[in-house]
Amino acid sequence: MSHPENAAEFLKDAQKSKWHDETLWFVRDKRDKVSKGIPEWEQLRELASGIKDNVLANLASYLEEFERNATKNGIIVHWAADSEEHNRLILEILQKQNCTAVVKSKSILTEECHLNPYLEKQGIEVVDTDLGERIVQFLNQPPSHIVLPAIHLKKKEISELFHEKLQTEKGNEDPAYLTQAARVHLREKFFAAKVAITGVNFGIAETGEFVVCTNEGNADMGVHLADVHIACMGIEKILPRRKDLGVFLRLLARSATGQPITNYNSHFRSPSPGKEIHIILVDNGRTAQLAREKFRNSLKCIRCGACMNTCPIYRRSGGFSYNSTVPGPIGSILSPGLDLKKHSSLPFASTLCGSCTDVCPVKINIHEQLYEWRQEVTKTQGDFAKGLSMKLANGIFKSPLAYKISGSLMRNALKSLPNSLIYHPLNVWGKNRNLPELPKESFQQWYQKNRS
Amino acid sequence: MKANSPSVALFIPCYVDQFYPQVGIATLELLEKLGCTVSYPSGQTCCGQPLANAGYARDTVGTATHFIETFSDYDYVVCPSGSCTLHVKEHFPAIAGLEKKQEALAHKIYELIEFITDVLKIERLEGKFPHRVSYHSSCHGQRGLHLSSGSELNQPPFNKARKLLENLEGLDWVELTRTDECCGFGGTFAVTEEALSIQMGKDRLADHLSHQTEVITGGDMSCIMHLQGIASRSKQEVKFLHLAEILNQALS
Repeated sequence: MSHPENAAEFLKDAQKSKWHDETLWFVRDKRDKVSKGIPEWEQLRELASGIKDNVLANLASYLEEFERNATKNGIIVHWAADSEEHNRLILEILQKQNCTAVVKSKSILTEECHLNPYLEKQGIEVVDTDLGERIVQFLNQPPSHIVLPAIHLKKKEISELFHEKLQTEKGNEDPAYLTQAARVHLREKFFAAKVAITGVNFGIAETGEFVVCTNEGNADMGVHLADVHIACMGIEKILPRRKDLGVFLRLLARSATGQPITNYNSHFRSPSPGKEIHIILVDNGRTAQLAREKFRNSLKCIRCGACMNTCPIYRRSGGFSYNSTVPGPIGSILSPGLDLKKHSSLPFASTLCGSCTDVCPVKINIHEQLYEWRQEVTKTQGDFAKGLSMKLANGIFKSPLAYKISGSLMRNALKSLPNSLIYHPLNVWGKNRNLPELPKESFQQWYQKNRS
Repeated sequence: MKANSPSVALFIPCYVDQFYPQVGIATLELLEKLGCTVSYPSGQTCCGQPLANAGYARDTVGTATHFIETFSDYDYVVCPSGSCTLHVKEHFPAIAGLEKKQEALAHKIYELIEFITDVLKIERLEGKFPHRVSYHSSCHGQRGLHLSSGSELNQPPFNKARKLLENLEGLDWVELTRTDECCGFGGTFAVTEEALSIQMGKDRLADHLSHQTEVITGGDMSCIMHLQGIASRSKQEVKFLHLAEILNQALS
C-alpha cells in the first residue's frame, strides 16, 4: 500500500492517532528545551555537519585507517557489500561457534538487512534485548521508530502482550512491573547466549575503536556475557578522531529523546583474553548514495530520530505507514535510493515544511532532498496522465491569454455548477473542505477596470 | 528608483488573483499608503510552484522564463505570499541565457511583510485594529524566508509580522500552543494525502480556536484557504484575513 492509504488507515482510529501525535510532540518539545540549554547548539550542529562532510569526502581512507587500527587492536574486520553478504558472514561466525541462540541489541542496520528472519530460517534463535525491540519482536512487527521502536503501542497493549508471552498478571499495566518481568525474561537469554550482536553508533578511524550508545545497558550486558561480539556497522558511521565524539555525543541524545546524554556510551577497542570481537562494515547501497550528488549528505545521518518526532506527517501516520526500515523524513530520502519503485510515494509524504531540516543535528537538508526525489520519481514512475496535466498547466502559465481564459472559465464553471458536483466525492479538495467564496472578478480584471 | 518612493512591481499569485482579489487590492493599497509607486505588470501568470512541487520542475521552464521576462525590468518585486516568493528565489529551473536576470530577480523579489520591515525599514505602523488576532506561521515564509524564528532552532525569537501587528491599537495578539506547526496544505499534498492534510488542518485550527481568537491571519492565502475551508465546513464563526488586509484596514 502507498503512504496515503496507510496514513488514512492509521487516522481512522482518531483517538490513537491523536495520542501518537501528542506523545511524539512531547519528545520533540523536550528536545527543544534541552537544546536551548546549550548556547552553542547551532555551532555544534554546524561542526557536526562539517565533520561528516569531511568523512564523506574521504570515506575510503578513513575506512582503511579504521580497519588497520581495529585489526592492530585484535578486532576481526569483515566487509559486506550488501545485506546478503552481511547475513552470510554472521551465519558463518555463528556456525563456527556452534551457536544456536544469539542476543542482539538495537541495530537498525540488521533490520535493514533482515537478519532476524534469515537466521531464524537457519534454526537460530535471535532475541532482541532492547525492551521496545523485544516487544515488537513478540508481535512479529518491525520497529515503528528507529529510537522508540514500540512507540505505536499503548501500555494496555503491552500489558496484554506480556500477559500472553511472559505470564504477567492480567490487567497489570504498571510500567515498573512490566519492565521487571522483561528483565527477568531477558536475563535468561543473556546467560544462555554465546554470541552477542550489536549495532555501532560511531567507529573511530584514529583508534580503531567503536562506540555503542544505549539507555538500557543491554548491549553491554549481552557483549560482556558472550564469548563473541559481532558488531554491525554501516560504512558511513566513521568519525576521524576520538575527540570528534564530544560533538556527536552531545547532539545525539539531546536530539533523540531530550536527554543530556545516553545512559551507556560504551567504547569497544579490543577483545578480552579468550574472547573475539568481529566488526562487519556494510555498504548495502551506501556507496551508490554517496555517488548521488544531490542525495549524498543523507549519509550524514546519526539515526537520532529527531526528524520523525518533529514531522507532522510521521506523528499522524505512524512509522508503519512508510513501509520502510527507516521511516519518517530521513527514511523518505534514504529509501528511494534503495528501491525507487517501492518507495515512490514517500517523497510526497511531506508538505515540505522544513521542520526536519531544522531539527537535524547534522544539518541534512532533508526537505530539499524530498523535493529533489520528487523530480526523480516522476521521471521514471510518474503516471502518464499526471505528467500530461502538468505539461498542460505549464502551457497555460507561460501564456497570459490562455491563463486568463482558463481562469475565468474555472471561476464561471465553479459558480454555475451545483454544489453536489463541486463537492462530489471525486473532488478530493471538497471532501472535507469548502471552497472559497467565488469573487465576481479576478484581481487582474479589477486592476484593468480601476487602475489602467 | 527615488529614495523615498521605491518603484515596485506587484506579483499576485495565480490563486490569489482568481480566488482572493481583495488580498491583491489590499497589498496594492497598503504599499501605496507606505509611499511606494506600484505597478502591476500585465500578462503575469504563475510562478510554477504547483508543478515543481509535484515533481515536474523540468516542465516549468516556460513558466519561469515568462516570469523572469515579465518582472526583470523592475527594481523590486513584491508578493503577498511567502511560498511563491521562496519558489522564485530557490526553485526556478536553471534557464540557459537567463542566468544573470534570474540571479538578479532572486535578490529583488520580496514577500510583502519582509519588504515592509527590511526594505522600507518600517518598524512601527500607526493604526487601529481592535480584535483578538492569531497568526498562522506559514512554513515557507518562516523556515524558508526566515520571516520569524523557528521553534526548532536555538536563536533569539523574532517575528516580522508580529512586530507590525502588535503595534496596532487595540490588537490583542494570541499566543498559540504549537507556534509554528504546519497546517497541512502543502500544495498537491492537500489532495494526494487528503486524510493527513485534513487532520493537520483540524489540529491547527483547534489550536487557534482554543485561544478564543476572532481573526486568523497569515502571509499565505494557500494555508488560509485550507484552514478556512475546514472551518467553514464545520461552521466555525472565526474570520480569516491576509496580513495585507489587516494592515490596510488598520491604516485607513
